Amino acid sequence: MTAFALRGLLGRKLRTVLTALAIVLGVATVSGTYVLTDSINNAFHSIFFETRAGSDVVVSGKSAFDLTGDSGVTAPSFDEGLLQRVRALPDVAEADGQVNGQAQLIGKDGKAIVYGGAPNLGFSIARGESRFNPLQLVSGNWPGMNEVVVDKSTASKEDIELGQQIGVQALGPVQRLRVSGIVKFGSVSTIGGATLSGFDLPTAQRLFKKRGQLDEIAVAGARGVPDSKLLAEIEGVLPAGTQARSSQAQSREDSKETDSFISFLQKFLLGFGGVALFVGSFVIANSLSITIAQRTREFATLRMLGASRAQILRSVVLEALVMGILASLLGLFAGLLLAKGLFSLFEAVGFTLPNNGLTLETRTIVVALLVGILVTLLASLRPALRATRVPPIAAVREGGTLPESRFARYRLPAALLLTALGFAGLLAGLFVPDLGTGQILLYMLGGAVLVFFGVALLSVRLVGPLAWTLGWPATKMGGAAGELARDNSRRNPQRTASTASALMIGLALVTLVSILAAGIVSSFRGAVKDIWKNADYAITAQNNFTPIPVAASEGVAKTPGVDAVANVRAGEALAFGNKIAITGVDPPSQRMFNLDWTEGSPAVLGSLGDDGAFVDEAYAKSHDLSIGSPVPLTFANNTKELFNVKGIFDPPTGGSPFGRVTVSDSAFDRHVPEPQNLYSFVLMKGGQTEANEAALDRTLKAFPNAKAATRQKFIDNQISGLSSILNILYVLLALSVVVSLFGIVNTLVLTVFERTREIGMLRAIGMTRRQVRRMIRHESVITALIGAAIGILLGIVLAVLLIARVDFIVLSLPFGQLVIFAIASIFVGIIAAIFPARRAARLNVLEALQYE
Amino acid sequence: MGEHMSETATTQPPPQTGEDRPVVVAASALTRRYGEGDTAVDALRGVSLDVHRGQLTAVMGPSGSGKSTLMHILAGLDRPTTGEVTIAGTGLSHLSDTDLTKLRRKHIGFVFQFFNLLPMLNAEENVVLPLSIAGEKPDKAWVDNLLEQVGLSQRRHHKPSELSGGQQQRVAIGRALVNRPTIIFADEPTGNLDSRTSGEILELLERSVRELDQTIVMVTHEARAAAIADRVLFLDDGLIVREAHDLSAREIVTAMEELGDT
Repeated sequence: MTAFALRGLLGRKLRTVLTALAIVLGVATVSGTYVLTDSINNAFHSIFFETRAGSDVVVSGKSAFDLTGDSGVTAPSFDEGLLQRVRALPDVAEADGQVNGQAQLIGKDGKAIVYGGAPNLGFSIARGESRFNPLQLVSGNWPGMNEVVVDKSTASKEDIELGQQIGVQALGPVQRLRVSGIVKFGSVSTIGGATLSGFDLPTAQRLFKKRGQLDEIAVAGARGVPDSKLLAEIEGVLPAGTQARSSQAQSREDSKETDSFISFLQKFLLGFGGVALFVGSFVIANSLSITIAQRTREFATLRMLGASRAQILRSVVLEALVMGILASLLGLFAGLLLAKGLFSLFEAVGFTLPNNGLTLETRTIVVALLVGILVTLLASLRPALRATRVPPIAAVREGGTLPESRFARYRLPAALLLTALGFAGLLAGLFVPDLGTGQILLYMLGGAVLVFFGVALLSVRLVGPLAWTLGWPATKMGGAAGELARDNSRRNPQRTASTASALMIGLALVTLVSILAAGIVSSFRGAVKDIWKNADYAITAQNNFTPIPVAASEGVAKTPGVDAVANVRAGEALAFGNKIAITGVDPPSQRMFNLDWTEGSPAVLGSLGDDGAFVDEAYAKSHDLSIGSPVPLTFANNTKELFNVKGIFDPPTGGSPFGRVTVSDSAFDRHVPEPQNLYSFVLMKGGQTEANEAALDRTLKAFPNAKAATRQKFIDNQISGLSSILNILYVLLALSVVVSLFGIVNTLVLTVFERTREIGMLRAIGMTRRQVRRMIRHESVITALIGAAIGILLGIVLAVLLIARVDFIVLSLPFGQLVIFAIASIFVGIIAAIFPARRAARLNVLEALQYE
Repeated sequence: MGEHMSETATTQPPPQTGEDRPVVVAASALTRRYGEGDTAVDALRGVSLDVHRGQLTAVMGPSGSGKSTLMHILAGLDRPTTGEVTIAGTGLSHLSDTDLTKLRRKHIGFVFQFFNLLPMLNAEENVVLPLSIAGEKPDKAWVDNLLEQVGLSQRRHHKPSELSGGQQQRVAIGRALVNRPTIIFADEPTGNLDSRTSGEILELLERSVRELDQTIVMVTHEARAAAIADRVLFLDDGLIVREAHDLSAREIVTAMEELGDT
């Protein structure tokens, strides 16, 4: 029987390959995800650990809590006098100080060189030849006073040459420095979109406004001194607000945020891999069922010759197993290609990731193979069980068909039950209060899987009417071929439903994503329109979201024509034991913002004073705050202050620029040494005019990382970031659509094969090859449209549920996009039909007629 | 023996059954070779024949005699190695697949052993299928009349699965007649039916010729089926070895036995 099963696979090469493709793609997504994230992880780790490779202990400023990158707050720096004391310690062989921060290089076009959200790292290089310096000189010299070294990839991308002058913007206005050298970072071939600029210490201290200050001291111990001893010695001389860690520990600390980002990215991408595999399992199950139905007589003959049911079961499962193994192996390696593709995809949307070559971990191999094989086996179970129910007598009966499943009559109730259970799971995940994130995910994931299964089973009932309706245009366009296509698609509702269901899943998710995105956009738009009352321009970073140095808005304030500038500072602080986002505003904001005050009045914005604060309604509720309640804040530099609530506002659905707690800019600046603005809003005499715009642009020339935008432009800028994320989501979901496309191809090929004699007859009585192709194509399109119709509808339902729960998104149906999805699914149908239609049209009429 | 038979055929008196009427299908010197070299098989070795309008021709012969090949070539489903087939004045040898298909649409009807109906269409839809494919509107009166003729008026809305074998073959005959083709090819039309039903189907075919002036070429190995024919062509080893007119079933059996078919 084993040999028989294997021979069966070989005998049905085409079918086996087509079925296997679905698994290959699913497994490829999983292995590709692992390869991608492992590679990024690897590259980041090399960066973080190589940076510290020369040092044993690192001394740094100590913040009161873990800071989030890009939050606008950095760890406090410390007095450079500490360096001498550290160097004087007996077991210290060498020690160097460093300052660092964000520093943008200014490109030839006068704009800051920023690649997406990647950091622009600026730092001092104490001595080029020092063991602490992880950089290698590619050409030129290490930087001296008023000089800068630039990383090779930025230099080549932006045509930066040795000896030229280049603008550098850190905390103040742009400064011109001479490019003294081009450097590269150790072994990592690309550090992603990050830019590097190195200065000598005094220049760096000036750029980062840290005169006489240091951010870090790298220490190397004398030969033979254990790190712990060195650490203890150093800790003896540390003043308050500083800390010492072994360089390993410091590297781990440095990489924490990246690690959590990568782990998020991994889970996120695996989610899409899961979807592709889930869709793949539908395709496999469907293909196997069709194949098994077509082999009814073969199974019956085997039974007649004495094969037991168990043997039949084994032979079918064995076939699936062999196919699963081969497909998973292929998928594993296809994943390497996919990882490459994903790197380019992320790069294409301006999200360049560091790359150090592809990493294939053992875990990737194990998981990919296991998942692929398991999914295939599970998908083969139902068809295999059906095969065992073929009675021996079917061998001698004309047109033997598979017996109906014993459970056939329970199908409708079962489908309804599954769907109901699924929705119950979704609703529980969404609305049951006080669930942990894990529980919510479990309920929602389980619910979604059940809903998809349930709807797939239910759709058997919908195929008839849907095919009738959606096939109507086919009958008008395709004549007899169209009518036959419509009849064919209704002929085996089970098969059409399974085929369409695979596409349904992908389209439901695409629809869900597009509705959520439309909701986010429209609620964001609404929020900006609500809050942004009469400011004329907003000043933001070029990338629209990183904080910008206050120097920019100070310059803007002095620009002719500017009436008032309102600055929104952004940072982090501890309140009630939790790290929260905080913001600062200054009195002019009262003239420009419109907030919905549930307690207090609009005057609050202008009268926060030294110790006033306002909070949003939800935060007030969760901490039981009302006017006059104290809010204790601990800042990164370990200073503490008690603020009093002066107002509570209700943010619009789309959110607000404010953190949980907002204080006055002056209070903010007391605790944050180098404050940064998230946005500055500008009121100008004469409003939005070309002259005013030109005046702002002139000022901002000195701050190339800042730009001015009108309200409409501001909204568009903020939304553009969302659309790149959206594009990534669509591409990832497209993978599962491709899997379902293979499903349609597979079904059509099997169907053509099954209807060989019928097609022969049609050709004999006058159907041209074109008409045959058209018939198959229309059937394919009808199947795809059925999947699209159910999928889009289900996507809408899921989106409505989700939005009902999430309070920062309003429901807004992107009709245009939904129409595009429907049209796209027509194309999926057309593409899927190309190969099967050609095969059908090429059938030799005579052979087809004699075919049994 | 073959020579003897063809001599007998040529010494027959001139036929009375419409050979004065126009020739609708003509075949000259057809040969058909399958394969090449040592393994080549000659299915036809030089067959010429004319089919006249309104004639019911039966082609008989033992299995492997080439009768199916002959029919396939006459119907334009297969191409001869040499020789030419002309249907309604059009030579088939130079037609493209599409032109050939269109010629089949217009001039040829088929009746198959296994009916070959579309399971999702009802009887009437199956009958008008050739017209639908050709993009023509069926004439309602004609279709009604046709369904009446083939005895399916009461079952026009039944699906094939709801019809008996005989009824299914009636649908197939209706389908062959619907576009009033120049010629109908019937391939073992009773091969899959019991004897009572076979009789009904043969009677229907005969009536199509006599009453609707159809022309039919029928391949069969059943003497009883061939007995309704105006003329019977006996094929053996790729050649027409005998042509006879208005034979009785008994005479046909004898002739076949002489050909060595049991």
